[in-house]
Amino acid sequence: MNKAAPIHPEFAQNLDARHRNGTIWHLVIQASTIVGIIALIAMLLNIINGALGYVAYEGRVDPATLSVDGVTIEQQSKDQLIALLQGKLSKGAYNKLDTEKPFAERPRSEIYQLILERVVRIEVVDNWNLWQSLTQADQIKANVAQDYPNADLKFVSWLTSDFVTRPQSSEPVTAGIRTAILGSLWTILFTILIAFPMGVGAAIYLEEYATDNWFNRIIQTNINNLAGVPSIVYGMLGLAIFVRTLEPITSGALFGFVEDATTANGRTVLAAGLTLGLLVLPIIIINSQEAIRAVPRSLRNASFGVGATKWQTVWSHVLPNAMPGILTGTILAVSRAIGETAPLVVVGASTAINFDPTSPFSKFTTLPIQIYQWTARPQDEFRALAAASILVLLVLLLSLNASAILLRNRFSRRF
Amino acid sequence: MSVPKNGADGFRPKENLKRKPRLGETVIQGLLFFSGFVSIFVTIGIVYELGKEALLFFRNPAVTLVEFFTGTQWQPTIEEFGILPLVTATLTTTVFAMLIAIPLGLAVAIYLSEYATPRTRSTLKPVLEVLAGIPTIVYGYFALTFMTPLLRTIFGSDVVDIYNTGSAGLVMGILILPLITSMTEDALSAVPRSLREASYGLGATKFETAVQIVLPAALSGVTAAIIVGLSRAIGETMIVALAAGAGPNLTLNPFKSAETMTGHIVRIAGGDLSYDSIDYDSIFAIGLLLFFITLTLNIISQQIVRRFREVYE
Amino acid sequence: MTTNNSDPKYILETRELDIFYGSFKAVTGVNMKIEQNKITAIIGPSGCGKSTLLRAFNRMNELYAGTSIKGQVTFNGEDIYARDVDPVEVRYRIGMVFQKPNPFPKSIYENIAWTARIHGYKGKMDELVEGALRQAALWDEVKDKLHQSGLSLSGGQQQRLCIARAISIKPEVILMDEPASALDPIATLKIEELMQELKKNYTIVIVTHNMQQAARASDYTAMMMLSGDGERSGTVIEFDATNRIFTNPKDKRTEDYVTGRFG
Repeated sequence: MNKAAPIHPEFAQNLDARHRNGTIWHLVIQASTIVGIIALIAMLLNIINGALGYVAYEGRVDPATLSVDGVTIEQQSKDQLIALLQGKLSKGAYNKLDTEKPFAERPRSEIYQLILERVVRIEVVDNWNLWQSLTQADQIKANVAQDYPNADLKFVSWLTSDFVTRPQSSEPVTAGIRTAILGSLWTILFTILIAFPMGVGAAIYLEEYATDNWFNRIIQTNINNLAGVPSIVYGMLGLAIFVRTLEPITSGALFGFVEDATTANGRTVLAAGLTLGLLVLPIIIINSQEAIRAVPRSLRNASFGVGATKWQTVWSHVLPNAMPGILTGTILAVSRAIGETAPLVVVGASTAINFDPTSPFSKFTTLPIQIYQWTARPQDEFRALAAASILVLLVLLLSLNASAILLRNRFSRRF
Repeated sequence: MSVPKNGADGFRPKENLKRKPRLGETVIQGLLFFSGFVSIFVTIGIVYELGKEALLFFRNPAVTLVEFFTGTQWQPTIEEFGILPLVTATLTTTVFAMLIAIPLGLAVAIYLSEYATPRTRSTLKPVLEVLAGIPTIVYGYFALTFMTPLLRTIFGSDVVDIYNTGSAGLVMGILILPLITSMTEDALSAVPRSLREASYGLGATKFETAVQIVLPAALSGVTAAIIVGLSRAIGETMIVALAAGAGPNLTLNPFKSAETMTGHIVRIAGGDLSYDSIDYDSIFAIGLLLFFITLTLNIISQQIVRRFREVYE
Repeated sequence: MTTNNSDPKYILETRELDIFYGSFKAVTGVNMKIEQNKITAIIGPSGCGKSTLLRAFNRMNELYAGTSIKGQVTFNGEDIYARDVDPVEVRYRIGMVFQKPNPFPKSIYENIAWTARIHGYKGKMDELVEGALRQAALWDEVKDKLHQSGLSLSGGQQQRLCIARAISIKPEVILMDEPASALDPIATLKIEELMQELKKNYTIVIVTHNMQQAARASDYTAMMMLSGDGERSGTVIEFDATNRIFTNPKDKRTEDYVTGRFG
C-alpha cells in the first residue's frame, strides 16, 4: 500500500498498533473462554480419578474360620448365616439389628453383607486414585506386600452395580448408595407434588387472571426476589416451620403413623420435600410464566371469540400450548432440587440410616448429603466413595435433562 | 338454581345475556389466586421465623447488637458473639470468586456476543449450561480434592492450609462464571446492531467496538449481572462447607482456614441442636443477616436494570 | 309485540357510543342500527377505528387492558354492557371471524366439536360438525380428513373452518374483521359467496378496507373517518344503504373516499 504523507497529520498513524492491540485482546478473550472448558474437563477427570484405583483389602477375621462343615459363608444358607450372626455378635447388637428390621424379612444378600461387615470385618487399609494406580503400580504393589502382607490388592472401580444397590453402611467396603438414592427420589416426589401445581397455578394466575394493580405487582416482585434467596435460608425456614412447628404433621403423629415413638420427629421425607418445594417454586413459576406469555394472542382471541370462559381458554388452549415450556421449567427445578445439599442438612437429613424410606414420614438421607458426609471424612476411601457417588449423581442429572429435551420435542411436535 | 335444559338445537338455551352461575370457574379462580398468594406467605414465613429466633438471640443477656456487628470473636462457649470473623471469611471467598468470575465471565460473554461463530457458540453454550447445572456439592469436592492440593503445590504446603478460603473462593468463581456470562450476554445482545455498525463504519476495530461502545451501552445489564453474582457468592454454602474450614477465624489471608456465615450455619445445624439453645437462635440471627444482604443486593440489581436501562431509540 | 311486516328488525344498535383505550378516545359518538339478516359493511381509511368499533359489539375489546365505553350497545334490546351481563353470553350469541385465520391447533373435527361442547351441546356431534362445515362450504374439501390438524389447511380453507366454527353454535350475528384481507383473490371470492348464503340465517357485520368488496357484497355501509373528538378519534360520518353510499353519498368526504380521491 502506498505510504503517502498522511492527510490529517493531527490524527496519529496508529492503525497497526490498534490492530495488534485488538489481536492480542482477542487472544486473551479466547483464552478466557477456554478456562471454562478446562474447568469442566478438570472436574470430570478429577472425579473419575477418585473413583477408580487400587485398593488393599484386609479382613480381621479369616472367612475360612467361619465355614460350617466345609461350607464357606459364601455358600451358606440364609438361616445358617443368621445363626452365625447370632453367635458372633453381642446380644445387644444382634437385637438392635433385629428391631430395625427383622432378620426374617431381610434378603440373604443383606445378611451376607452384615456378616462381611460385622464379623469378617473387611477393611480398606489403603487406596490410591487412578493417576497413582496407573503411574506407580509397581511401587504400590511393593509397598503393600511389605506393609500389609495379609491384604488383597485389587484394581477396582468404586462405582459398581453393587454400590448402587447396597444400603448405606459405615464401612467403606460394604457401603452403597441405595438408601441415599431412594431418599432423593422420595424427597423429589414430594417436592414436585407441592411445587408443580402451585407453581403452574401461580403462573396462570399472574398471566391470565391478575390485573395490573399494586398488589399483583408486589406478588410478581416477591417471586423474582425469592428466586435469589440463598438455599440455606430455605433450609432454615423448613427447619423452623416444617420440622419444628408442624411436627405433628411431618412426623406423621397426626395421622397415627408413627414408626418409632422414641425417635419420631419432624425430620422426615415430607419436611424435606416441602422445603425443597418452596425452594424451587419461584423457578417453576417464572419459567411457566414465560411459557404462558409466549402463547400467541390469536389463539386466545379465537377461544374467547367463540364464547369460551377464561378457564376453558386456559385449560383447552393456553396450557397445552405452553406445556413444553412448563415442563422444561419443571425439569430444571427438579435438577436443582436433586442437587441441593445445604437446606436438607439444616432440615436434618439423617447421618446414619441404612434402611430404605417407606413412607413420607420416614427419616431420610439424599445422594448429595451422602456425598457431603463422605467427602468431609479425612480418610481416602471415603473420598473414593464420594467420587463414585458423584458419578451416579451426574448420570442421574444427565438423564433427567436429556429426557426433558426429549419430552419438550415430543410435545411441540403435536399439531 | 337448576341447570336449564338444552334447547331444541341441542345447545344450552339462548335466553338473556345475564351472568350464569359457573361454580367450577369460581372455585378454580380461587385456587389460582391462592397459588399466587402462597409466594407472599413464603416471604412472610422467612422474615417471621428468622426474625423470631433472631429476636430471641438478641434478647439473650450474653448478646448485644453492637458486639454482634463489631465483635471479632465468635465463640459461643465463652459467650463471644462477634460476627466479624464469619463476615471476613465470606468476604474473602466472595472476592476471590469475583476475581475469577467477573473478568472471565465478561470475556466469555463478549466473545459469545461479538466474536464467536455459530459453531463455536454451539459448543461453548452447552459447556456453560453444564457448568451451571452441576450441583454445588460437586464443586465442593473439586475444591477439596483438586484446587487445594494444587494451591499447596504452587505455594507450598506450609503456606496453604488444608482448608482455606482461597481455594473455595476460586472454585466458587467457576460456579458463578456461567451466571455472569449469560446475564451479560443477554445485555450485550440487547444492544442494537445499528450501534455496532456506526462504530465499524467509523473505522473502529472489533475489539474497540466491543469494549468501548457495546459494553458501556449494556452497562446496566452488566452491573446487574455482577451484583447477582455477588449475591450468589455470598449465599453459597457447600463449597465453603467442604473446603474453606470449620471454625471462625478473623483473617483476610486466603490461604488460611476460616468459616463463612453460611458454612457456620450448616455446621451448627448439621450437628446436635436443641431447639431452645442459644446456638439455635444464633444461626437464625446470622441467617437473617444473610437474607437481608442478598435481598438488598437483588433489589439493587433489579432497580439498576429498571432505572438505568439504556434507551437506544 | 306485533310487528308490521315492512318494519325492519334491528338486532344490534348503538347509541352515542364512545370507545376509550385508557383515556384516549378511539371512537366517538357512533349511532348505528344493524338490520337483521342483512350484511352491513364498515369501511374507511386504515387506523380510523373500524376494528375497534366492531370489537365493541361482542366485548372483545375487553381483552385489552384499560378499555371502556360510554354510551350504549344493545342486542335485541338488551344492553350488552350492563353490569350483570356476562361477556361469555354475548359472544355465544354474537360470533366473530378474525383477520388472520386462527383455527385451534386441534383437528378440524375438534375445532368445531370443542366449541359446541363448551356450550353444552348434547346432540349428535358428527351431524353438527358436518352441518357447520357444509354451511361454510368446506365439507367437500375436508370430509375425508376431519381428523387432520386444522393448521394443515390452506389459508382460505382455514378461514372457512373458522367460519364453520363460529356458526356451529348458531349465533345470531357474525362479526367479520377483514376476513379476506390475508387471502388470495380466489379464496376471497369464495368467502364473499359464502357471506351471501350465510345472511339467510345470520346477520353479518363486516369490516373491510376493500371498497369494491363492500360495494359488491353488502346491503348497508357505514363510512368511518378520523373526524371524532380529538385528533385521532374515529366516527361514523355516514350510514346508509350501500347503493346510495356508493352512487349518491350525502357527505362530501364519503364521496371523496369512495371515488378514490383519497384514502
